Amino acid sequence: MTELLSVRGLSVDFVTDGGVAQVLDGISLDVGRGEVVGLVGESGCGKTTLARAILGILPAGAARLRGGEVRFRGADLLRADPVAVNDRVRGRAITFIPQDPSTSFSPVFPVETQIMDLMRWKSPRAPGGNARAPRWRYPRERYRTDREAVLETLRAVQIPEPARALRRLPHEFSGGQRQRLMIAMALLPDPDLIVADEPTTALDVTIQAQILRLLRELVKERGVSVLFTTHDLGTAHELCDRIVVMYAGQAMEAAPADVFFARPAHPYTRRLLASVPTGTGEIRDIPGEVPSLVAPPPGCRFHPRCDYATPECRAGRPAPRALAPDHEVRCHHPVDAPGGVDA
Amino acid sequence: MRAPPLLELVDLARHFPVRNAFGRRTGWIRAVDGVSLAVSAGETLGLVGESGCGKSTLGKTVMGIHAPTAGEIRFAGREIGRLPRRERRAVARDLQYVYQDPGASLDPRWKIVHSLHEPLKIHTRLSRAEREEQVRAILTAVGLPDAHLDLYPHELSGGQQRRVGLARILTLRPRMVILDEPTSGLDVSVQASVLKLFRSLQEAFALTYVFISHDLAVVRSMCARIAVMYLGRIVEMGETAAVFAQPRHPYTRSLLAAVPRIGGRRVTLDFALPGEPPNPRDVPSGCRFRTRCPLVQDVCATQEPPLREVEDRRVACHLA
Repeated sequence: MTELLSVRGLSVDFVTDGGVAQVLDGISLDVGRGEVVGLVGESGCGKTTLARAILGILPAGAARLRGGEVRFRGADLLRADPVAVNDRVRGRAITFIPQDPSTSFSPVFPVETQIMDLMRWKSPRAPGGNARAPRWRYPRERYRTDREAVLETLRAVQIPEPARALRRLPHEFSGGQRQRLMIAMALLPDPDLIVADEPTTALDVTIQAQILRLLRELVKERGVSVLFTTHDLGTAHELCDRIVVMYAGQAMEAAPADVFFARPAHPYTRRLLASVPTGTGEIRDIPGEVPSLVAPPPGCRFHPRCDYATPECRAGRPAPRALAPDHEVRCHHPVDAPGGVDA
Repeated sequence: MRAPPLLELVDLARHFPVRNAFGRRTGWIRAVDGVSLAVSAGETLGLVGESGCGKSTLGKTVMGIHAPTAGEIRFAGREIGRLPRRERRAVARDLQYVYQDPGASLDPRWKIVHSLHEPLKIHTRLSRAEREEQVRAILTAVGLPDAHLDLYPHELSGGQQRRVGLARILTLRPRMVILDEPTSGLDVSVQASVLKLFRSLQEAFALTYVFISHDLAVVRSMCARIAVMYLGRIVEMGETAAVFAQPRHPYTRSLLAAVPRIGGRRVTLDFALPGEPPNPRDVPSGCRFRTRCPLVQDVCATQEPPLREVEDRRVACHLA
């Protein structure tokens, strides 16, 4: 699979009152064309920061880039001309589905105004090039074509009576319908990559199942790649071809979804999977708390909570190593690997 | 048979008026609409359903936060739905309510010790020394060191605040605790710690729980019995293991089928429950689930199915 997005050694610091927090620490990640990659981790692990870094929308004051690159279609987005990135990449080649659709719409404008405003700038037919050129004019023919495309996409995401739906205000839609509108807006610019940040967390299970199915069908049909962040291993299993697990700002394990769930190798991944409630009634938690990113533990960031920690883990930070061509793990003692510890 | 119920609801209803801009009533939201159930001492009853099904309203009505529109709430053999305020307050000692994040209800300007003494000051006549003793015992039970007594909430982590919030509720030694979505928004590993804590507290203090949640996996691991709600009514109620093994109501079946499962085939590939729950202002005639039900028949539109005994449980469906 050819790589569409390739993040290499990305490190981002946040300046806080308590000191400098290393929110991302040497993250590498690949998304192939047409591939759905799940970025799984608990709150505070940096998955949203990574998603925002890829989109180039980190908060300018607090976030500081320490190193690394984000290569998209071969070009490094972090070092490219920001005007060109805004013009051709953000919102066009890479689009975004937010977690909470209700705060992403303006409550005072009809949906039509908001979608057509997006299309004016980001439709596949909108001119690219010099951002300073007077593009505020919206030629009537293009408006008509774009509006047709909007109606068609709303039908694709199963919004009933799209033409009437467009005249309504966001609050007149249910949460599930609003998320469908968000998916439509992410698809309309005809992107290569969609970054979806926990798109189903706010929804009920039956609606979540509908949305996951719809999303998977649409991206597979159109060959769009998706980077899907979630804290829910179940939804990751539903949607993803490959899974990357993050812990305290580092990628701990990356594997194809079936390998990931069948043969997890990192002790953190194993504990995470074990803490999902099952029917047996046994409850297994991960003792301890997520470490502070201002003063992360030396060596492996997971070692204070790890069952298999050795002096080696306290001393040296493990480098990512490949267990199989497609299965990478950042651990001195991966489970099941030669020389590893049996669980 | 089981022991006499600690809590018994008989046809409990709570309706909210809908008013237009001029304050005229234009309709009713029937958030809870005729719920009967019983909870025995020492058990955990799970109350599940999607948002808007009325499960939180039910909990709050039992707690006295909302007055019931109709029906009875019997707690420890006594009707408490319509007590005068002063008497109702005495019930609060035995019946406590835990919000989603109990840590958020701590006063940021009070030291932990102050927050923990407050319920005892209001509800008991214990001396300062007796209160002190009880507070320390509870703090140990929720797994916090005594040193935390002199800290302010902001000096604790979120998880520790949550424990203090629970300690505050438990200082009164309630008999029943209503847990309203106690783990939603938590990461799985943290959720597992919180669930473990609930279990150990239940054993230590002989608590009875009503566990309100939309998360079926959590309810399954915590509750011996569950009640599934849809649009203000219970549609199915029975032993958790039996309901999960063989759901009888079509809604329960869809709800269970929608939960992502790790390993095996993706459940969303086969999942087919169309539409969304109707507006509770405008409840469908007959069976409330018929607008989305895959098995709908003519009778479903005309007659509302009662919650009737079907073998090992109760189901509200004509076809069960």
